[in-house]
Amino acid sequence: MAYLQALFGMSWPLVWSLAKIVAIVAPLMVGVAYLTYAERKIIGFMQVRIGPNRVGYKGLLQPIADAVKLLMKEIVVPTGANKFLFVLGPVLTIAPALAAWAVIPFSPDLVLANVDAGLLYIMAITSMGVYGVVIAGWASNSKYAFLGSLRSAAQIVSYEIAMGFALVGVLMAAHSLNLTDIVNGQHGGFLHWYWLPLFPLFMVYLIAGVAETNRAPFDVAEGESEIVAGFHVEYSGMAFAVFFLAEYANMILIATLTSIMFLGGWNPVFDFAPFNWLPPIVWLLGKTGFVLFLFLWFRATFPRYRYDQIMRLGWKVFIPITLVWILVVGAVMQTPLAFLVH
Amino acid sequence: MDFLTGVFYFFSAVLLFSGFRVITTRNPVQAALFLVLAFFSASAIWLTLEAEFLAIALVLVYVGAVMVLFLFVVMMLDINLDRLREGFWSYLPLALFVATMLVLEMAMVLGARTFGLNIVPAPVPHGAGYSNTRELGRLLYTDYLYPFELAAVVLLVAIIAAIALTMRHRKNTRYQNPSQQVRVKRDQRVRLVSMPSGDTPTNQP
Repeated sequence: MAYLQALFGMSWPLVWSLAKIVAIVAPLMVGVAYLTYAERKIIGFMQVRIGPNRVGYKGLLQPIADAVKLLMKEIVVPTGANKFLFVLGPVLTIAPALAAWAVIPFSPDLVLANVDAGLLYIMAITSMGVYGVVIAGWASNSKYAFLGSLRSAAQIVSYEIAMGFALVGVLMAAHSLNLTDIVNGQHGGFLHWYWLPLFPLFMVYLIAGVAETNRAPFDVAEGESEIVAGFHVEYSGMAFAVFFLAEYANMILIATLTSIMFLGGWNPVFDFAPFNWLPPIVWLLGKTGFVLFLFLWFRATFPRYRYDQIMRLGWKVFIPITLVWILVVGAVMQTPLAFLVH
Repeated sequence: MDFLTGVFYFFSAVLLFSGFRVITTRNPVQAALFLVLAFFSASAIWLTLEAEFLAIALVLVYVGAVMVLFLFVVMMLDINLDRLREGFWSYLPLALFVATMLVLEMAMVLGARTFGLNIVPAPVPHGAGYSNTRELGRLLYTDYLYPFELAAVVLLVAIIAAIALTMRHRKNTRYQNPSQQVRVKRDQRVRLVSMPSGDTPTNQP
């Protein structure tokens, strides 16, 4: 380490930060690739199919084959499209999906940036993901894409409010915006995690997370039966792949956030041997995997929502639930029962 | 010039440029996007002031919500810029007058007498344990509680007024009642008819 530090001299902090960013993004991209594989295999299993099984052992190389195929394809820019914004769309979709990882703590001291306002940062960065969708839909100069982007923008903005309120509950329970502090506040076995005192908020966050990432059953933004493929209908090749990457990176992000906020982060399920022998990051990844499995399970089992029902669920059901529960948590904190929500 | 000053000048330059482009670009969608860039640069400048709560709230509220709805509306409008620019020269004198007054007023308020370096010293850098969010929350809910609540009431009134102004009652609107839809039983929708089976079906030719 000291040798490397001497080698780079002044630029060492920059190089070191870059190395850490690569160490987060590279596994994330591999995770995205194999999440698509897991999705196809798991949904295949649930629907009594086989799923990909041709490339490599049990189809394990399928994601790589898909990536190579997409890289080889031509990127077609539609006539009349705004070329600059057309290219900017996918970039603006994936940038927030990756930037949010800067403040995610993987274990007690494994975090890229341990900032005080981590929760706020996450909310601000993830709220920018909608621009990619809106710009892509508008710049494509296509009615289907435009309709898809309008649907998606309205849906994301609506569900963001419910998600934000759910996180306010976490903030009240943890007394901190710092994600590491939030996980430390849930120290102990699974009865100490916030999913129990904040159960309604946990459910709202989980379901709103599915809606926020435009996943089934809330995937009207790309409802094939109505508007072809929604906002990315005009995208091909790698430009499409970037949207795809962003959607799955967002899924992993939401799953990780759910684990951190409500499922105790890196705390083991039971706080005694042999469970607390495992390294903390294994627990976090395990919980993330569990939430991701829920996402895939939802997709395999639920039919798509009707658009007006999505909006009703977001505005008339979720937001009132979160508001009431924030009030309940606030009231309980003023009574001797305050230990229940801590 | 230290690093922070460089950051400040960079974001200020981006802010001024994007602010200028908002009013000069021909495409309304591009104007809205430049406004987003302007908000973003302003938020970065606030970050250099250690006002991280305000900076992030600016991005969260204006970039994440307000501008999205703005874009939403702007994208759906078919704005004819030539028609918008028709009265440009006749409005110019009045506009120039208003702009000059604005600049003069700003100069009077923000001038050296009230905001000079000797009156408003550079903020003292805070230690690692300082949380801007916590301090702001404490001030808002103790010292400035009444102004804060007043502002909240004014906003609430504005929301109700906006809804009241735009709400139109139509007599022939048909509503769905979701709870009724959910409560529907099979018997209300499907009628099972038992049909006597006739002769054994003949084989198709």
